[in-house]
Amino acid sequence: MPLLSYLRAINRALGDEMERDPAVFIMGEDIRHALTNTTTGLLARFGPQRVLETPLSEQGFTDFATGAALAGRRPVVEYQIPFLLLLVFEQIANQANKVSVMSGGQASVPVTFLLPAAGWRPGWGGQHSDQPYSMFAHFGVKTVLPATPTDAYGLLVSAIRDDDPVTFFAPIAAHGVRENVLPGDLIPVPLGVSRVHRPGSDVTVVAVGHLVHDALAVAADLDGEVSVEVLDPRTLYPFDWDGLAASLDKTGRLVVIDDSNRFCGLGAEIVATAVEEMRIDVPPIRVTRPDGAVVGCLPELDLALQPSREQLATAIRAVIKGGC
Amino acid sequence: MIAGLAQPLPEDLYRTIRLIRRFEERAIDLVRSGDIVSGIHPCIGQEAVAAGIGAALRRDDMMMAHHRSHGHMLAKGTDPGRLLAEMAGRATGVARGRGGSFHPSDFSVGVLGCSGTVGHGAPVAAGAGWVLAQEGARRVAIGIFGDGAVNQGALLESFNMAALWHVPVVFVCENNLYATTLPVETAVAGSITARAAAFGIPASSHDGMDPEVVFEATAAAVTQARDGGGPAFLEFTCYRFEGHHTFELKAGLRYREADEVARWRARDPMELAGSRIPAGRRQQIDEQVEADLDAAVRFALESPKPEPDEALDYLFSSGLRPRGGMPGSRHGRLGTSQEHPAGRKG
Repeated sequence: MPLLSYLRAINRALGDEMERDPAVFIMGEDIRHALTNTTTGLLARFGPQRVLETPLSEQGFTDFATGAALAGRRPVVEYQIPFLLLLVFEQIANQANKVSVMSGGQASVPVTFLLPAAGWRPGWGGQHSDQPYSMFAHFGVKTVLPATPTDAYGLLVSAIRDDDPVTFFAPIAAHGVRENVLPGDLIPVPLGVSRVHRPGSDVTVVAVGHLVHDALAVAADLDGEVSVEVLDPRTLYPFDWDGLAASLDKTGRLVVIDDSNRFCGLGAEIVATAVEEMRIDVPPIRVTRPDGAVVGCLPELDLALQPSREQLATAIRAVIKGGC
Repeated sequence: MIAGLAQPLPEDLYRTIRLIRRFEERAIDLVRSGDIVSGIHPCIGQEAVAAGIGAALRRDDMMMAHHRSHGHMLAKGTDPGRLLAEMAGRATGVARGRGGSFHPSDFSVGVLGCSGTVGHGAPVAAGAGWVLAQEGARRVAIGIFGDGAVNQGALLESFNMAALWHVPVVFVCENNLYATTLPVETAVAGSITARAAAFGIPASSHDGMDPEVVFEATAAAVTQARDGGGPAFLEFTCYRFEGHHTFELKAGLRYREADEVARWRARDPMELAGSRIPAGRRQQIDEQVEADLDAAVRFALESPKPEPDEALDYLFSSGLRPRGGMPGSRHGRLGTSQEHPAGRKG
């Protein structure tokens, strides 16, 4: 089987779920022409009622998807740019995600909010480069951030089948990842289950999204010096706390590398919970974007604001030293 | 007369209006007694809109309403006892006490919800209607909002999508002349109907104080939508006799002149509908409504409240239970004290 790319995996998952369940449809901007490469070939296969091209009305069509879900559909709504999720934050966090409880369990809103291009892309400016996943996790919206093509496939399938709203972040910096895939490798990945990409015994590195690949590279560089376990939560909410605890039971040391802004970001939650509830032998370290970071248009400036392999290696050595 | 749709009897319209009026008055009593903690947004004065709309809809049509929608729900067929129980936060309420007076829903009669984000129910109704059109059962969706909603972007976006995609949705604007304290003429440039007309949606304005006028207009729009004619927009001019919310019983806001309120009260839709039926019949209906509401209030107040340990129930349809607000609470891994990490530190 040929190499499977990240976006092709998303495309496969969409096509497979639309084939399996006639209630599934996708809506968004420029999807007939597959601008983001996620909907390639779907219009020809499923027609315009299930590949619903929308005007530039993000708030309206996000609420529209909630209405379609209440009438029995499983919409997938695509947003091209991260800030659009800020524009529709109310429609997701305050409308779609509250229906279940406000209706006393009468209704569910099985919508998947798909962001195929999360995070920074060189030169694209301050308004195209955010990673707002922590905000959705903070509001209790199920949130996934796959690092690999097979996880992207498996988590998108699970997100579409899930009865609750799910936000799906596909980091731009992971788009280049390709995997050799055998028949049978493309299977649903359950929400809320982490993945240990590399076992180790000295320190647990929790890495999310594209940073999983950076963490694996650093772990390989430090091989022989430090035994690094790389844990990818894959789902940010609900978080696999049991998986993290099992890893910390072995290592007692924690570094988190997270593409969120530092203040109130996902990394803060992981560190806080680990300190409160798990084996922690030395103070953990977070590697994040700065507080309220604006990564913009000049790569030389922007890269200085993003979590780096050098910072991660420094943090790993610091927690190892702190424990001695 | 609308082809294929039976004209409601004058006594049916009166009964619905009477039920809504007395329901709201009984609910205000329960606000005063502290049984409805949130207070309510009473629709007293606007009952003709709800009664006329309800008579034009089928039970399996879908409705998305707003924060002042007890009347719409009753007219759609919601049980008064279960709605009062909802407002009083009881487990027997239409939404098990989780929606309250502000956000009730009743899927058994097609009420999808009452959005607290003004105007944002309209795109939800459009999305539901888009699905109904593909199911082929000639069902329609109705989205109800007030004059305060007509300057919301998402609402105008929903007009565009509904018209583009020929959605069987009827948008209803209850123009009661005030968005809380804001007079409509200081908030709306141009006209309300022109907003919908700009998207090519047939739009008209009607007297919202006469239930027969409301029924005729709504039935025509609904029939057109059922027949594949796409969306319609109706503005009903009406007036709320009470405050925006029951907090005004104490707050004493003065944004309306007493003369203006008195003029509108003289056009009371309950009196208009009551004048169209024999006095004896009216008295029978009043007595029956009162007996029904006695039973409804009793049902609500005798029903149990949800238990505090059920506060996280229904948060997720998939059954996920989130963590509580303290370490280890609702966290399976930390069930016993000897497992607590404090004991393993150092």
